[in-house]
Amino acid sequence: MKKFYNRIAETALLPFLSVIMAFVISGLLIVFSDAAVLKVIGSPGKFIKVASSTFMNAYIALFQGAFFDPHLTQGHTLLQGFYPLSETIVTATPLILAGLSVSLAFQSGLFNIGAQGQFIFGAIGASYVGFHYTFSPVVHVTLALLAGIVLASLWGGFVGLLKARTGAHEVIVTIMMNYIAGFFILWILKTKSFLRPRRIDPLAPNIKPSAELPHLLGSTMRLHAGILIALLAAVFVWWLLNKTTIGFQFRAVGANASAAKTAGISVGVTTMLTMTIAGALAGLGGAVHVLGNQYALTSDIAGSFGFDAITVALLGRAKPRGTVMAALLFGALRTGGRTMEANTSTPLDIVLVIQALIVLFIASPALVRFIFRIKNLQSQGTLASKGWNG
Amino acid sequence: MKKMSVARKRTLRFLIILGALNLLALAKFGFGNHSTLSTTYGLVLGHEWIILHSVVVKSSTGSTFFALLGLLGCGLGFLFFKLNKTSLAGISIASISILFSFICWAATGKFIPLTGLLQGGLMLAVPLIFGSMSGLLCERSGVINIAIEGQLLAGAFASAVVASVTHKTMLGLIIAPIAGAAVSVLLATFAIKFGVDQVILGFVLNVLVYGLTDFLYKRLLIPYQSTWNQAPSFSQISIPILGKIPIIGPIFFDQTIIVYLMYAIVAAISYGLFRTKWGLRTRSVGEHPEAADSVGIDVNKLRFRNVVIAGLVAGLGGAYFTIGSVGSFGKEMTAGSGFIALAALIFGKWTPKGAILAALLFGFADNLQGTLSIIGVSVPSEFMLMVPYIATIIAVSGLIGRVRAPAADGVFYSRGESH
Repeated sequence: MKKFYNRIAETALLPFLSVIMAFVISGLLIVFSDAAVLKVIGSPGKFIKVASSTFMNAYIALFQGAFFDPHLTQGHTLLQGFYPLSETIVTATPLILAGLSVSLAFQSGLFNIGAQGQFIFGAIGASYVGFHYTFSPVVHVTLALLAGIVLASLWGGFVGLLKARTGAHEVIVTIMMNYIAGFFILWILKTKSFLRPRRIDPLAPNIKPSAELPHLLGSTMRLHAGILIALLAAVFVWWLLNKTTIGFQFRAVGANASAAKTAGISVGVTTMLTMTIAGALAGLGGAVHVLGNQYALTSDIAGSFGFDAITVALLGRAKPRGTVMAALLFGALRTGGRTMEANTSTPLDIVLVIQALIVLFIASPALVRFIFRIKNLQSQGTLASKGWNG
Repeated sequence: MKKMSVARKRTLRFLIILGALNLLALAKFGFGNHSTLSTTYGLVLGHEWIILHSVVVKSSTGSTFFALLGLLGCGLGFLFFKLNKTSLAGISIASISILFSFICWAATGKFIPLTGLLQGGLMLAVPLIFGSMSGLLCERSGVINIAIEGQLLAGAFASAVVASVTHKTMLGLIIAPIAGAAVSVLLATFAIKFGVDQVILGFVLNVLVYGLTDFLYKRLLIPYQSTWNQAPSFSQISIPILGKIPIIGPIFFDQTIIVYLMYAIVAAISYGLFRTKWGLRTRSVGEHPEAADSVGIDVNKLRFRNVVIAGLVAGLGGAYFTIGSVGSFGKEMTAGSGFIALAALIFGKWTPKGAILAALLFGFADNLQGTLSIIGVSVPSEFMLMVPYIATIIAVSGLIGRVRAPAADGVFYSRGESH
């Protein structure tokens, strides 16, 4: 039993310390950019009082906006107080899926920066099937999801094809394809088939009710069935990586491509397959986001999901379970950040700083070890991509 | 039959594709254009918009002419190819011809400010050139730099804020490189000292700078705009004599100090990298750090120094967005320029000349897109905007020759440790 606790402590210590450090540094930033704090910076007594209350208020608002807000229970059931948690999960759902996409690619030695573009194509596919066709409910949702998956897996698979055939580096290709996808959605929203009738702004029609993902906790909460799909996808990725031959080949190529080749694994086929499945996962994220939350396609549908997905995968160490946890954390930060911005006028953008710092610290255990003077801090192998010639 | 080398095969493939495109241009832009309207090419002087001279040509005739010229270029290229000589001239003629054939068609019945196109193209290329030079310095010494975007943005932000607070553009110009270098110090420390994966690191640093500038922008620059974000900007300085040369003068020699600094930096880097001891050492730590180490070069020290210099360069480029043009800072105003700069670096095969040409090409394409969408042409602007990105994908997939990064680019170096 003691051994078990030790292991937990060892594996969780680095992420835990990284998160704490990121929060402290960002907190200092919040304090020292606050006008009220800067005004009293001359008198130490007042300064400490104002500074600490600014610090606490921001993070309390962040927590209330992300998990539980007692004010919401007044005149309602206790459940309503968890409305923020439902919002957190709604935000985390597409993040889990896009994060899994990046994680899976990492396991196979590929750095998929292209989740953003794949997400966009998933959203386009799901939206079109969602508003253009009519089916019975279950069939409609399934087909809309499939359309998103297919489009996005083609978009992602193309990167794998290029890499396998010509050696074009996936980092460069995916960065470029994100831009292309961004312009593509701007264009397609202006076309006749996607323009909402009697509107000229880039906004697609709402999907039909039959294509909507059902709500899980009644109509007052926005929590939808997408989270179940995301968790299933996480289980699928875990199963694929750990229990199948294909998954073994993915990891073998990721660990050492030339050794894998010697062992008779086709690196090219593995690369293509990885990117196709990675594309499918990110695309599923886009599809779920449209069918469960947004209902209508806009040019900003992907927001920053595709980029946050990378930080999610890095924080989750490219493991399915870690990715789910990391996505929930970042979902909470984003959701709580909105409340923080509204209540304490601390800009939501601090969340980006927190995210970047967490990942930065996690990626450099040597630094954390140095700061906290911990000798045997487990890092479980840092993630590495391959240089341009890899 | 002797087997063709890979490079020759690629050249041939590229020539065939160019030929096909020119044929397509001939059919679509030349014969497919039944409009009797003309395209006017104007030679406009600088920003004063005085028409010096204009060339009017019937659109379909112009397109046909250029498409035929392009086919001729392809033929020429093929001839040289058969003679085992370089087909570069032919390829250039064919590529430029396709562009003009397209412009003649796209701007049917419209006015194209030709010099304005070039001038605007240069303006859009300036930050790309700064950025790609930063990438060049890092990657030639073996450190991958994805954080160009962050360096540019940090420079833009710092220069605007300092210039606003002090009312002095010069101070803004001094702080910008320092801000870029600050990002570089993070990159260098984590990459060289702690051995963090450089692609991941660069990505995270971009997120960090985006987060910091977004946060401070909303927190300070918007609410207290008059103190924090009302930066003055540099005005153009016309160089005596050179600035008076028709067409070229106003394009290249009637610019702000930042652009002149860029000329100096580009010259220094192009010279320094290939003609000085520093350049030789830099390239050797980028290609073969073990060998460099064995002759007594401190690999990591040199890498650290070069990464910081790269930050200075990109940071200065960031100042171009603010005090070099509009003055005040706008949220995420670099808008992906750092990534296009990276693309230009790769497109230019990690050479100064190549990177600059690619940056100019991307700037020109971007500006052409802007001009065409203003005069209202039938091509959706989104597709024009995709051009640099598609071009880069084509480049990295080896259609125009193999692109190879410095051999030790992104490889952590630690003495006595094999990798």
